[in-house]
Amino acid sequence: MSTIKVALIGQPNVGKSALINAIGNTRLKVGNFSGVTVSKKRVSFSRDGIDFEITDLPGSYSLTEYTIEEKVTKDYLDHEDYDLILNVVDSCNLERNLYLTTELLSLHKKMVVALNMSDEADSAGISIDEKQLSKMLGIPCIKTSAIKKTGIDDLLDSLIYEAKHALQTENHLQFSAPFEEEIARILAFLQNKHFIHESPLKALAIKLLREDKATYQILHEQPIWTELQPLLNQSYQHLYLHHDIQDLDDIFNDEKNALCKGLATEVAQPTVKQNLTVTDKLDSILMNQFFGLPIFLFLMWGLFQITFEFGSIPMDWIDAFFAALVDGTKNFLGNTEIAAVIADGAIAGVGAVILFLPNIIILFLGIALLETTGYMSRAAFLLDGFFHRFGLHGKSFIPLVSGFGCSVPAYMSARTLKNDRDRLLTLFIIGFMSCGARLPIYVLFVGAFFADEHAGNMLFVIYISGALLGIFTAKILKLTAFKGEDEPFVMEMPKYRLPSAKLVYHTVSGQAKMYLRKAGTFILLASVLIWYASNYPKYPDIELQYEAKIEQSADEHNTTLLNNELALYKLENSYLGKIGHASEPFFNPLGFDWRMAVALETGLAAKEIVVATLGVLYGLGEDEDEGSDKLINKIQSNITFPAAISFIIFVMIYLPCLAASLVFMREARGWKYLGYLFTFTTAVAWSLSFIAFNLATALAL
Amino acid sequence: MTLDSLPKGTPATITQINATKALKNRFNSFGLIKGEQVTVEALTLAKQTLKIRINNTRIALRISEAQKIEVSQ
Ligand SMILES: Nc1nc2c(ncn2[C@@H]2O[C@H](COP(=O)(O)OP(=O)(O)OP(=O)(O)O)[C@@H](O)[C@H]2O)c(=O)[nH]1
Ligand SMILES: [Mg+2]
Repeated sequence: MSTIKVALIGQPNVGKSALINAIGNTRLKVGNFSGVTVSKKRVSFSRDGIDFEITDLPGSYSLTEYTIEEKVTKDYLDHEDYDLILNVVDSCNLERNLYLTTELLSLHKKMVVALNMSDEADSAGISIDEKQLSKMLGIPCIKTSAIKKTGIDDLLDSLIYEAKHALQTENHLQFSAPFEEEIARILAFLQNKHFIHESPLKALAIKLLREDKATYQILHEQPIWTELQPLLNQSYQHLYLHHDIQDLDDIFNDEKNALCKGLATEVAQPTVKQNLTVTDKLDSILMNQFFGLPIFLFLMWGLFQITFEFGSIPMDWIDAFFAALVDGTKNFLGNTEIAAVIADGAIAGVGAVILFLPNIIILFLGIALLETTGYMSRAAFLLDGFFHRFGLHGKSFIPLVSGFGCSVPAYMSARTLKNDRDRLLTLFIIGFMSCGARLPIYVLFVGAFFADEHAGNMLFVIYISGALLGIFTAKILKLTAFKGEDEPFVMEMPKYRLPSAKLVYHTVSGQAKMYLRKAGTFILLASVLIWYASNYPKYPDIELQYEAKIEQSADEHNTTLLNNELALYKLENSYLGKIGHASEPFFNPLGFDWRMAVALETGLAAKEIVVATLGVLYGLGEDEDEGSDKLINKIQSNITFPAAISFIIFVMIYLPCLAASLVFMREARGWKYLGYLFTFTTAVAWSLSFIAFNLATALAL
Repeated sequence: MTLDSLPKGTPATITQINATKALKNRFNSFGLIKGEQVTVEALTLAKQTLKIRINNTRIALRISEAQKIEVSQ
């Protein structure tokens, strides 16, 4: 066998992704809530000369698909090619997890069970007899801990062994006596008729008893059907009588629940009920009827305070560093075009983006803690009533929170919403949650126009009002475009877990690296392009005219004036200047000059480019007369307060970046939705900016 | 009595579930089934959402879902 292909299946939040990370040294996303993984992820590695290919799949409570991401799993199991199933279960919640395990058993594939979270089971005093469980299920069961990295080798050995040997289907699962009796009757009939089928006859009998459609279809075309049908009818009557319900689904569920309960009690030593777990204690505070919500708001407020306060400390150094670098490059290379493209284009643009790395790191740290501690689903709970009133599903909270980091994964995680209307509604308002890439713009403008002690509060206000605006929008959309019944809201809440420092470090450093990589590649390229477009075409005639004038002019003041005039002429008549002027009529009522207009337009590609563009257009370094060459001072001296407010509002609302727009289109399944989103967000952004600008101007702020 | 009127902190036993097939299946896979013991652990301020506990599973659900679950103390 060349490669062993493993499908990783389990209920949500049992540690499937964490387990792969432990086995294959990968960095799949891990978080303490249900629905972290929403699309399949393939991981390849080799161990002891054997190649593995493991596919991480979204968690699934059962094989009766309910949400889109569960469908991904079901489709994979039904249609893809894999050698065996690795079923991960939570040792602390065996009975419930076995429900899926027994469903998987009926697929008749090679299978290994990982009893994960064995460390938590140990400390909770739950002991599991995995040998006995193995015997009962007829498949290997291995205790593992993805966090403590125990049992990993045993698990791999077992996977290799199973892959190499023939499928064994013997299990000793016993349904209730009356159900087993009916199974035996049908089985005996099939055996007497020498019926042949790819899966074992007992399994076929069970499927017939639960009215499985596919099985029915197969047998319907067989000659034995005429004899089988009355037999089945008889069995159904017996079962109805015994269970006192007329619904085969219910009967089968009852049977399976009883089976799992039986199994769990047999192999797991029940816990001595602890008085109060840490989770219970924390929940009594954090989910308190009266304090829960204020605590949540306080934590969010704190996060933005820290983002601004701590973020601005290294920011000054970074800013000074890049300004010096710009001047240094020019001194070193002289007054050449090469020096200009490097200093005024590349360094100014990239520097303006890297400037905000500290803020980004703090924000992502906050989001990582929210995701890994288990507080996420508590917050969803606290806000559910509020969300519900505005027509949103409680589960929308999770994609919306991810939206504060980056809209791309947020759009994808909306898959956990079952109903298409709820999902579309959520997709439409994710953009209102300001993503991390917009943070630099806010920090820059807030830093430039507000006193330091208010800056953190302002950030908080910006994020909260964006979110509120999104929620109001949801209400309007719900009343008009996405009318419909409310979907049920049922969500599991995990126990609180102390995130390992390593996990948080990996998550945050991964984000930071991605940000830097983007700055070093995409932003670098964009900055050079912007520099080019703002410096070309050249106007030699005009330059000559001015040079002549400058030579004639006597006093220094006049020379400076003429120099500035020339620079302005060149900039305004550059490619970018022309583009900016062309769109000026659209942006003028909002108080934006053509540079701000261009910055917003380039921001359609990626929000980081907005600050890069501002950095290039307002020019880092070089300005000797104003005494300061920091970007923030340039912004202060070139933009009025009302225009700044209007700009912030426009940025809050208008279309997210290109990558996010494409993902949006894929998830919403249609060009037309992107069209709606573009029109809708631009219209809202324009109107609100217009109102804000005029209001601020009227109040003479 | 349905689950939404069960006072906080008092355990009760589920006697019946009146839901559509899909929701029932979902309840089922959470372990919300007839005969199990359930406790309401927390409520939101508007009392529209509740957190319940079954065995080792904590679940958040809305009052409209809780009304579909009959319990007896
Ligand atoms: N103590 C302990 N915690 C674990 C273990 N495995 C996973 N976790 C934690 O459990 C949580 C869920 O882990 P994930 O790997 O994201 O779970 P998943 O099964 O991939 O979840 P979905 O993708 O949502 O289906 C995380 O907080 C992990 O840190 C383990 O063996 N022991
Ligand atoms: Mg996962």
